[in-house]
This record gives sequence, structure tokens and C-alpha cells, in this order.
Amino acid sequence: MAASSASEYIKHHLGNLTYGQLPAGYERTCHGHDQTLNDATWTFACNAQEASDMGFAAFHVDSLAWSGGLGILMCFLFWLMARKASAGTPSGMLNFVEMIIEFIDTQVRDSFHGKSKLIAPLSLVIFCWVFLMNLMDLIPVDWVPLTFQWIMTTFFGWSAHEAYFRIVPTTDPNITMSMSICVFFLVVFYSIKVKGVGGFMAELSFKPFEAKGPLGKIILLPINLVLETISLLSKPVSLGLRLFGNMYAGEFVFILVAAMMGTWQAVAAWPWAVFHILVITLQAFIFMVLTIVYMSMAVEEH
Amino acid sequence: MNINATLIGQAIWFALFVFFCMKFVWPPISRALDERKQKIAEGLSAADRAERDLELAQEKASANLKDAKDKASEIIEQANRRANQIVEEAKDQARTEGERLIAKAQSEIDQEINRAREELRKEVSALALSGAEKVLAREVNRDSHKQLLDELAAQL
Repeated sequence: MAASSASEYIKHHLGNLTYGQLPAGYERTCHGHDQTLNDATWTFACNAQEASDMGFAAFHVDSLAWSGGLGILMCFLFWLMARKASAGTPSGMLNFVEMIIEFIDTQVRDSFHGKSKLIAPLSLVIFCWVFLMNLMDLIPVDWVPLTFQWIMTTFFGWSAHEAYFRIVPTTDPNITMSMSICVFFLVVFYSIKVKGVGGFMAELSFKPFEAKGPLGKIILLPINLVLETISLLSKPVSLGLRLFGNMYAGEFVFILVAAMMGTWQAVAAWPWAVFHILVITLQAFIFMVLTIVYMSMAVEEH
Repeated sequence: MNINATLIGQAIWFALFVFFCMKFVWPPISRALDERKQKIAEGLSAADRAERDLELAQEKASANLKDAKDKASEIIEQANRRANQIVEEAKDQARTEGERLIAKAQSEIDQEINRAREELRKEVSALALSGAEKVLAREVNRDSHKQLLDELAAQL
């Protein structure tokens, strides 16, 4: 085991490989020697403290690389299949892709009654991409990080504890929140596009407490506005945190098992992985369905 | 668990992938699915049509078969009738021929009988005459007794 104690092991496994900007005058100990930065510098964080000191100007390289890589893989496969797609008899992988597309099309048609060229591919990307990212959770927790650690220590002179690496992007709140915020902006955009700015504001102002006269409306307006704004803002937060929470908890169990049982982790990790397959699929599905539901709520009058 | 610019990076990935799928993945596959759906629907209706056609053809075929059978049995019946007729005619012909032959034979027989009888009569009259001649020893004049002798010959 790389870290000296279980708690350090766990902490190390929960740290991201962070590339960001450290401010001028920052004192750090990195790659085995002390240094003080003269200028604000873009660099890899050597420990958790540095990563948090970087503030907003930092990227989780591992999360972005894995999510991007998986997304590119997914798009590439879909693109290959799309080129082969014809009205004739499908075969092999194309069958599978068509099955997914049919499934998502059914989901979209069931709950989204507006017309949009975006919603179906959006759902497709969300479902498949999130599923793939979640799927990384089933790779035994040490395989990829230890490989990365070996590469960085052998070829780049890093210390072992500086080589943070996480391969499940959905256990990074940045990833899930980013997607849910994108969905949120789409929801707002579609609301305004369909109902107009006035309609959108009216929806925020005159519900859920309705009044007949104009005076009543004005009296109820502040409370309505507060309630509706909270409910609007809670959507992306709950959407992103639900996925993050589920995946993080699952990942955490794997890490705990690995920390406690070491080489024998498979005994406990295997049953958990089997159960986790359900969580992985379900969370991807929930994220997609909620996206469709929010989008349809945005488009429909109610 | 820091919130940082990863948010923006991931949003860019997200937008890219959604855009890509919206442009290059979803439309061709969904078009292919729609086309296939239509093709299958057409195929099914064609199959229905074909089934109806088959039924019609079968009906027609069985009607033709029935016709042919009727005609064949009619022809056979005619042939049988004709055969019977021919047999009857042949029988008739044979019968008349037979009767004719019989009649001819009968008349020949009658002729023979008459001729024989005639000869016999002549011989008997000659015999009787010679006998009488012998008995009477020239006492009989052939010319004078000619009438008597003729009568005798006629009675034989």
C-alpha cells in the first residue's frame, strides 16, 4: 500500500490531480525540495493544501481527462454506428446502439411533449456518458492510480504521495454540478424561449399561491418569488449532488474495503461491485429522466 | 473536494458531445430507424396483399380444376355413349348379316332340295318306267302310255 496508514490511504484516494495557479510568494515543498514562487505559477498541486489554495483557477486534470476520454470514446462509437446505420438489417454493435437510442427515444417521447432537436441527443449523451463515467467505479480502486503513480515517480521524479489520481469523474462534484448547471441553463433558456421573459417571470411570481385580484397578487408576490426561486435553484443542486453523492459513497466503500483488507479486498469489493452495477445504471438513468422532466416542465404551460 | 474551473472544462466537454451527437449521431440513426419502421410496415401490408392474392389464386385454381374435372367427366361420358352406340350398331349389323347369311343358306338349301327332289323324281320316274317296261315287256307303248306315265311321274 502506498500510503503509510489507512486514513492517509483514503485521503490520497480522494484527492484529484489538480493543475492550477498558485499565487506569487507561495511557499511550497514539492518534489522533495522547498521553494518560494516569485510569480503566480500554473502547476500541478503537490498536496491537498495546495489544491485548495489554488482556488477557482484550477482544473482537475484526471476528472476532465477521464470524462473527456470516455465522452470521445462514446461519440466515436456512436459516430461509427451512425455511419453504418441504414434501413436494412442491423447487426452486432449497431443493434446495441439502436436499442439504446430507441430506449431513450421512448423515454423522451413519454415525458417531453414539445418539439426539440436538442432534447433527445442531450438525453442520449447524459445517459451514456454518465453511465460510462460511473462504470469506472468498477475498476479495482488501486489499479489505475498505482500505474499512474509508478509512471510519475519513475519518469517525472514526483514523490509517490504527490501523484493523486481518480478515475471516476462522477465522484468529483465539479463534474456532476457542471452538468446539472448546464441542464439548468438549458431549462431557463427553453422556459424563456417558449413563454417569453414575461411568462417566465409570471411563473416565478404568481405561483404556487394564486390570488384573483391585482392587490392579492402583489401581496403574495414576494413569498411566491422566494418559493419559486428556491424550487428552481434546488433543481440543478439536487440533480448534481444526487449523482455525486451516490457515486462518492460507492467509491468510498470500495476505498474503505481496500484500506481495510488490502490484498483480500476482492472478497468484499466483488459483492459490492455487483450491487453497485445497479446504482451505476440507476443513477445515469435518473439523471437523464430528471433532465427530460425539467426540460418538459420548462416547455409546458402549467 | 474543491469547486474550481473543472466546472467550466466539463461544461465545454458536455456542450461538445451534445453538439456532436445532435449533428452526427442522432439524426442518421433515428432516420434509419424511421425508414426501417416504414419499410417493415410496407412489408407487412405487402404480405397481407400477397396473402389475399394467394387466396384469390387458390380460388381460381380450384375453380379451374373443377371445370376441368367436369369437362373430363363429360368427355368420358360422351365417349362411353359413343362406344355403346358403336357396339350396338356392330351387334345390329352382325345380326342382320347373320340373318342374311342364314336366309341365303336356307334358300340355297331349298334350291338344293328342290333340285335333288327334281332329279330324284326324274330318276324314280325313269326307274319306274324301266321297271314297268321290264314288267310289261314291251306291251307298253311309250307313246300311248305317255300320259299315264307323266301322271305317275307327277305323283312321285
